[in-house]
Amino acid sequence: MNEDPIRLTEKQKRARRSRSVAIALGLAVLVIIFYIVTIVRIGPNMFQSPV
Amino acid sequence: MTTPMALIDGNGLGASAARLSEATAGDFLVLMKPRVMSLVVFTAFVGMAAAPAMPHPVIAAVAVLAIAVGAGASGALNMWYDADIDRLMRRTKSRPIPSGRVEPEQALAFGMVLAALSVGTLGVLVNWVAGALLAFTIFFYAVVYTMWLKRRTPQNIVIGGAAGAFPPVVGWAAATGSISLESVILFGIIFLWTPPHFWALALFKTDEYGRAGVPMMPNVAGLASTRRQIFAYALVVAPFAVLPWALGFTTALYGLGAALLGVVFVWHAWRVLRMGEGREMAPAKALFGFSLVYLFAVFALYLADAALTPLLAGTP
Repeated sequence: MNEDPIRLTEKQKRARRSRSVAIALGLAVLVIIFYIVTIVRIGPNMFQSPV
Repeated sequence: MTTPMALIDGNGLGASAARLSEATAGDFLVLMKPRVMSLVVFTAFVGMAAAPAMPHPVIAAVAVLAIAVGAGASGALNMWYDADIDRLMRRTKSRPIPSGRVEPEQALAFGMVLAALSVGTLGVLVNWVAGALLAFTIFFYAVVYTMWLKRRTPQNIVIGGAAGAFPPVVGWAAATGSISLESVILFGIIFLWTPPHFWALALFKTDEYGRAGVPMMPNVAGLASTRRQIFAYALVVAPFAVLPWALGFTTALYGLGAALLGVVFVWHAWRVLRMGEGREMAPAKALFGFSLVYLFAVFALYLADAALTPLLAGTP
């Protein structure tokens, strides 16, 4: 009863994997960029906030 | 025996709904028009490097990346909308949508997501003047040029050329947060260069554009008129590209180089003007090829000038 009615061909599986890897890489790059730019932007002021 | 297809049909799903994508990440990369992107990245970088204040290298890299992705978004939206005419032209029929590798809806979603991400990233991480300009550039290319002008008027690439001319302005804005006369002149160089560049291509692709119903200048006004207009634009863009030197924005290194390149550009346009009505299109192909070299060389000179001037003056 749990059988998936749609079976992907090998080509479709490879294509889906390629898209998934690309999306994962894209998201990772976006996160890293936001992290690094945040450090760059607040970096010099990080230790100058009033105590 | 129940086959997968029968199960799908039994659930009321049509053939198109059951169609599963075989699009790879590479197909989506092609949707972004990487070659156009490379020119966009280069001109945007020159705009940024020529600005009086260079941002932090990380910010500059993020700005260039966001502008590149924004250009890719424009390309994807253009391919989504133009899939019907792309399949009629030899030059474009193997693109991902006409060849069936990517569904139009996938390209639309991809383009919209990239547009939102690139504009948002540029705005939040660099500044919102650059972000707004990038958003306007994408809108101009996808809506004003692709949807509105391209199929309606032979002036399509004249006005639409503004979209390709914006990147140095966006780059300048990313560095300074503003627009200046210097960045507007860089815009003008690409804007005035676009018609002779594309009309040279259209001269030897007249049949294809005609078959697709795109009213390019040679199809509407004829070959002779197009050749005259190409020459007229060449006469305008060549001296215009020397303006930055005349106005004191660059040294003679750029000015003389741009002048020399302009002379060669006008010479190629002159050969196009003088070529016969026959099928021999060598001068048009030569102009098309040189026009790419011309734009790249002019901007490379601008970059070299911007980089060398402080060194020569002893003020890094």
